[in-house]
Amino acid sequence: MRISSLFYTLRQGFSNLFRNKWFTLASIATISACLFLFGLFYAIVMNFQNIVKTAEQGVSVTVFFDEGIEDTRIQEIGELISKRPEVSNIHFVSAEEAWESFKTEYLGEYADGFTENPLADSANYEIYLNDVSMQSALVTYLESVEGVRMVNRSEITATTLTGINALVAYVSVGIIGILFAVSVFLISNTVTIGISVRKEEINIMKYIGATDFFVRSPFVIEGMLIGLIGAAIPLVFIYVMYNVVMNYVLERFSMLSSLLSFLTVEEIFSLLTPVSLGIGVGIGFLGSIVTVRKHLRV
Amino acid sequence: MEEKKNKSGSTTMPVKKKKKKMAAENNEIITLTNVSKAYSTGAPALKEINLHINKGEFVFIVGDSGSGKSTLIKLLLRELTISDGYINVMGYDLSKIKHRKIPKFRRNIGIVFQDFRLLKDRNVYDNVAFAQRIIQKSNKEIKKNVPSILAIVGLAGKYKAKPRQLSGGEQQRVALARALVNKPTILLADEPTGNLDPKNSWEIMKLLEQINENGTTVLVVTHNREIVNAMQKRVVTLKKGVIVSDEEKGGYIDED
Repeated sequence: MRISSLFYTLRQGFSNLFRNKWFTLASIATISACLFLFGLFYAIVMNFQNIVKTAEQGVSVTVFFDEGIEDTRIQEIGELISKRPEVSNIHFVSAEEAWESFKTEYLGEYADGFTENPLADSANYEIYLNDVSMQSALVTYLESVEGVRMVNRSEITATTLTGINALVAYVSVGIIGILFAVSVFLISNTVTIGISVRKEEINIMKYIGATDFFVRSPFVIEGMLIGLIGAAIPLVFIYVMYNVVMNYVLERFSMLSSLLSFLTVEEIFSLLTPVSLGIGVGIGFLGSIVTVRKHLRV
Repeated sequence: MEEKKNKSGSTTMPVKKKKKKMAAENNEIITLTNVSKAYSTGAPALKEINLHINKGEFVFIVGDSGSGKSTLIKLLLRELTISDGYINVMGYDLSKIKHRKIPKFRRNIGIVFQDFRLLKDRNVYDNVAFAQRIIQKSNKEIKKNVPSILAIVGLAGKYKAKPRQLSGGEQQRVALARALVNKPTILLADEPTGNLDPKNSWEIMKLLEQINENGTTVLVVTHNREIVNAMQKRVVTLKKGVIVSDEEKGGYIDED
């Protein structure tokens, strides 16, 4: 292709945007609306997952040992536990540490009356899981290990979190499905309008002897630009909105602030930006190819 | 590799040359031999048509609606394929031409429609330049060719106007300029005066005649009895998909 033809094609793509202003606006609005919903939903789901994940990480299983157990056996047990795939983190708390933290947390100055460690048998492992739903399996295993006296756990927290996780997954799939159906409907409508606007022009181009590539190129460039603009608008909108909403929620529900661990706007946008722009440009690309293709067989 | 290239080169080249030579020898630019065209529904649109048109001819194609005129035009443009027979235009066997070769074939045919078919959102200059863009002419050539063709059709002063600011006659001149700017071998005009008053019709016909005198083969499909009778050119009359007459310096045959 000649350089002048290439520039002509690019210029045509740009000026097509302004030739059919209403069509352009309708297409941008459609893509914007779809991607706005997508972005909003993405931000909510990601934060929800983050909250659940943070809560999960706080759930631990505590293992106590038989009286008079050897230090080497404790170490062996520790190694066995850390080999388990569901274990993300294991932390040894010695009897002294347990007593120290108990003293500072509950006793304060009254602790001076004790000369011996009353928690001499309270050395333990705090085990953190990477998947809370595996808790009961781990507990069953731990109880079978020789040298383990007792396993403490919080069953309710674990089952609740597992339940929330499943719910979020189902709702995600459901909403993505609905969004997808709505997008396809809206976009196919826009494309249909596009066909009636373009039909004559494509026809004339073909009669004069334009190649399919030459006919298609300006439309494809136009479609991709529409997709790009349509994706950029909701991104900007969500970016501005995000911090405002987060601050409002944290202020309003300040008592829950330890539970509500929100992601920063950068964390959300590091993936949302490329995905949204990709979807926008992709929709524009496919939409214009499909629209023009129907009329190329002249 | 080298050998293969030579082989394929030696088998295809002579065939092409031969065809072109053949067409050049007998000066025939359009050849239809026993051409039939049937649509999937209803009666055949064309039945065993035989038509031979030489380079530089001026031919009227006349007939009522439903006579097969539009079908004939579409076959010549390779918008439709024939059902049966042989069709050759400018050395291209149109029943065998590949889809990707069609654009190149059409660049040698200028076409003018009854409804002008201009790009309404572009001005006169851009409408004509559009045809040159498609065949990838450089900006320099476009700046030279477009004004000169606009001068020929008498629209040099209106190059900035949009189609809706022009009269029907002027719009048809723009369409004509667009068809001619690429210097086509054949000019096909499908009812070019159908939407024009007599004065404008005559001016367009004069332009077509002038174009023909400069060497372009001109085919005009028309209903306009007055013009056909006055111009004394070759007239091919179609009726219900069959050529019923083909006369040098003919006239419009009255239907009874």
